[in-house]
Amino acid sequence: MANSHDAREAMMIGRRTDGTVVRRPLSPHLQVYDMLQMTSFTSIMHRITGSAWSFGLLFFVWWLGAAAAGPEAYARVQWFFGGFVGVILLFGLTAVVWYHTLAGVRHLVWDAGYGYDIPTVYRTGWMVFIGTGVMTVLTWVVAVIAWAS
Amino acid sequence: MSDSIPSGDHQARLRTPLGRVRGSGSSKSGTHHWWLERITSIALLPLILWFAFSVAAKAGEPWEVMAEWIGRPVNAVLLLLLIAIGFHHTYLGLQVVIEDYVRPERRAMFAGLAIRAVCLVLGLYAALSVVRLAV
Repeated sequence: MANSHDAREAMMIGRRTDGTVVRRPLSPHLQVYDMLQMTSFTSIMHRITGSAWSFGLLFFVWWLGAAAAGPEAYARVQWFFGGFVGVILLFGLTAVVWYHTLAGVRHLVWDAGYGYDIPTVYRTGWMVFIGTGVMTVLTWVVAVIAWAS
Repeated sequence: MSDSIPSGDHQARLRTPLGRVRGSGSSKSGTHHWWLERITSIALLPLILWFAFSVAAKAGEPWEVMAEWIGRPVNAVLLLLLIAIGFHHTYLGLQVVIEDYVRPERRAMFAGLAIRAVCLVLGLYAALSVVRLAV
């Protein structure tokens, strides 16, 4: 293909018997799969939460750097995380962290060779969703109790 | 299992014995990347449970308390592990995302290198911050 600039696309571009070009989708492909299925939804959510967690690491680094820099820098971090935007961000990040962690455990179970049949995939998917909610609430109950005391 | 999937045997015969022993196909690197992702994820499991609940339990504490907490030997070691393994896992994961979505190949390679550099710099900065409070 003249309009291909990527070696990886060599296997993804072909021609039908009538000569027309066919571009095969790369996996994971958001336009092809039904994103409301448990299988594809939990899969792309794992990737999205992983990317979001990577972004969240910036705040972790900021927090540690400020702690090392001294009381004034740390007070600024505390002011940010104590405010509306900071709390929303931290809460979202907590949910992201627990989703990626629990879905990661689900992946490790798959890697060990278990849980591939569709009923189990749906059951473990729901376990990840419910587990994320439980762990997020639990973390914030601990945080709010610590904050109040 | 193997006799139910004859294509596996067929495929194996098309590859050189050395290539089969090294476990690498056309990607040259085999399962190394995948395996490192799993190893780091298993190590991160207890670390993230420890970190999330420890820090949540310290919510609202002033600098004096947190700086002392970060600097304690056990906490500092666990934080250094979290930083090193966490940033390694982050790099491995983001690399796959880039390889899947960034075109053309040249741009994907540079994006991968950039992510690697950022992870290294941020990881070292975070680690140095912990060490500074610990020693």
